[in-house]
Amino acid sequence: MSGTGPRENIFPTRMALTNMKLRLKGAQTGHSLLAKKRDALTTRFRSILRKVDEAKRKMGRVMQLASFSLAEVTYATGDISYLVQEQAKTATFRVKARQENVSGVVLPAFDVDRVAGSDFNLTGLGRGGQQVLRAKEVYAKAVETLVELASLQTAFTILDEVIRATNRRVNAIEHVVIPRLENTVKYILSELDEMDREEFFRLKKVQGKKKRDAEKAEAAKMIEAGAAGEADGEVKMETPSTTEQASDLLNDKDGDVIF
Amino acid sequence: MEALFFNVSTGFLEGIVRGYKAGLLTQAHYSNLTQCETLEDFRTQLSTTDYGNFLANEPSPVSTSTIAEKATQVLVDQFNFLRTNAVEPLSKFFDYITYAYMIDNVVLLITGTLHERDTHELLERCHPLGVFDTLPALCVATNVEELYHTALVETPLAPYFRECLSAADLDALNIEIIRNTLYKAYLEDFYNFCASLGSPTSDIMHQILSFEADRRAINITINSFGTDLSKERRAKLFPTIGRLFPEGNNNLARADDVEQARAAVDYIQEYRSFFETSTQSSAQNNSGLDGYDDHGSASHLEDRFFAQEVHLNKLAFLQQFSYAVFYSYIKLKEQEIRSLTWIAECIAQNNRERIGEYIGTF
Repeated sequence: MSGTGPRENIFPTRMALTNMKLRLKGAQTGHSLLAKKRDALTTRFRSILRKVDEAKRKMGRVMQLASFSLAEVTYATGDISYLVQEQAKTATFRVKARQENVSGVVLPAFDVDRVAGSDFNLTGLGRGGQQVLRAKEVYAKAVETLVELASLQTAFTILDEVIRATNRRVNAIEHVVIPRLENTVKYILSELDEMDREEFFRLKKVQGKKKRDAEKAEAAKMIEAGAAGEADGEVKMETPSTTEQASDLLNDKDGDVIF
Repeated sequence: MEALFFNVSTGFLEGIVRGYKAGLLTQAHYSNLTQCETLEDFRTQLSTTDYGNFLANEPSPVSTSTIAEKATQVLVDQFNFLRTNAVEPLSKFFDYITYAYMIDNVVLLITGTLHERDTHELLERCHPLGVFDTLPALCVATNVEELYHTALVETPLAPYFRECLSAADLDALNIEIIRNTLYKAYLEDFYNFCASLGSPTSDIMHQILSFEADRRAINITINSFGTDLSKERRAKLFPTIGRLFPEGNNNLARADDVEQARAAVDYIQEYRSFFETSTQSSAQNNSGLDGYDDHGSASHLEDRFFAQEVHLNKLAFLQQFSYAVFYSYIKLKEQEIRSLTWIAECIAQNNRERIGEYIGTF
């Protein structure tokens, strides 16, 4: 019983028992808390997974639309990439990062911040300017989708990691820490019981021995009292023999009595 | 121009260009091309046309940009052949055709120079028709004043720069405004040059150039809505030729939205129909994309402009003894390359619904 399974390396005392019980209780509370956290995270994880799926499908469509609008621009104006590159001075499309807290996990979320810039809105002035504008809009939407997807994907990875860690902890508490503590408690209890029994047995032994000693002393007193009545010389002859007998008795008991 | 002497100097080239014109893709070719499933099929289809095996040496996954590039190369080769065989005043006429591309190249280089970019990369991006001897020299200049004195003064574009822009302008202005100012000057100059060639060249060319000028005026008006281009500045960009000049241009200069622009050009039959049909079809086509109605109508307008341009250029072939066929051929060929690129793009991106939106030539 006390020997099965791993346990804490501890001296079996009552204080240790109290400590162990406290720790066991703590472990159980922690276990239930972590399990709750895991469930919350998993729910969140699932919803993010669904959103990621949606966003990815949407991205496919949007990107196709976007690259097609670029084809329209090429049709109308020819190659404008260089002019656009040169005339773009400040970013009109920025990504802002903020943090979101999901049951104790900090998830980064990205927000789109569009500044109405006019860096190259004269591009294609003579021809195809509307297509350029439209391509710009469509691409901005595509990038918005990308940003959304990026924020979901980051959350997805981080949540995945956290869920794994939490799962590991939950499982570790459930399968390692709690059994170990339980084992320790059992071990301490059994040891204490054993000690109780030993103590009881010892007390009984000591009591029995004391009784025997008392009887012997009584008997010796009686003999002494009788001998004193007869003669002093005889008494002197008798006493060594009784002491010899008594010491013999003591020697016999030695093996049983430890203390 | 005397029809009597036309063939002495130009008959050969006119024959050549009419031969080239017969090689332009027909409607049957286009319908074959639109049936293609992959770009490989596309390439095979093209090899049976006048393009021949112009893509033969390309590695197997052909990109649309390669197709456009190679097709342009075909055009450039034909153009150079015509140009080297031409005598005055036809050679001058060919030079005028290249000026439009030169403007684009110069503007590209100015942009690059202002931002201190690698010039070799820039030179590769230049349109091959607009390359001239001193073009690489443009890269040497560090500021715009120097640019003008060292490089531009030697080019045929110098008068355009001199007339329209001062050095201070070049630094401060948006590059697109410079481009359009130059283009305006170019159109007017070309118009005058054509007038000097006499009938029938001037008749046909004036029609085409007037349309081009009107198209630019309308486009600039529509594209400048919602930008920081002031109305006075906008009015300065309108070419002073064309059917809209001067009354329509004045109205366009005051326009604030597409409706007013439409009203400004309303008195010309063809242009009115552009706007009418474009607004109707945009309502149907753009139901999927909310908020793009405005852009949608404009892009249809653009299509109509292209179609009208093709129509005018086709008319040019009905007349003989005129230089306009050369200009028209180049423009039609350009449109054909655009259509090819569009079809290839539709095939590559698997967007078959819109594959029919090219503008066929013949």
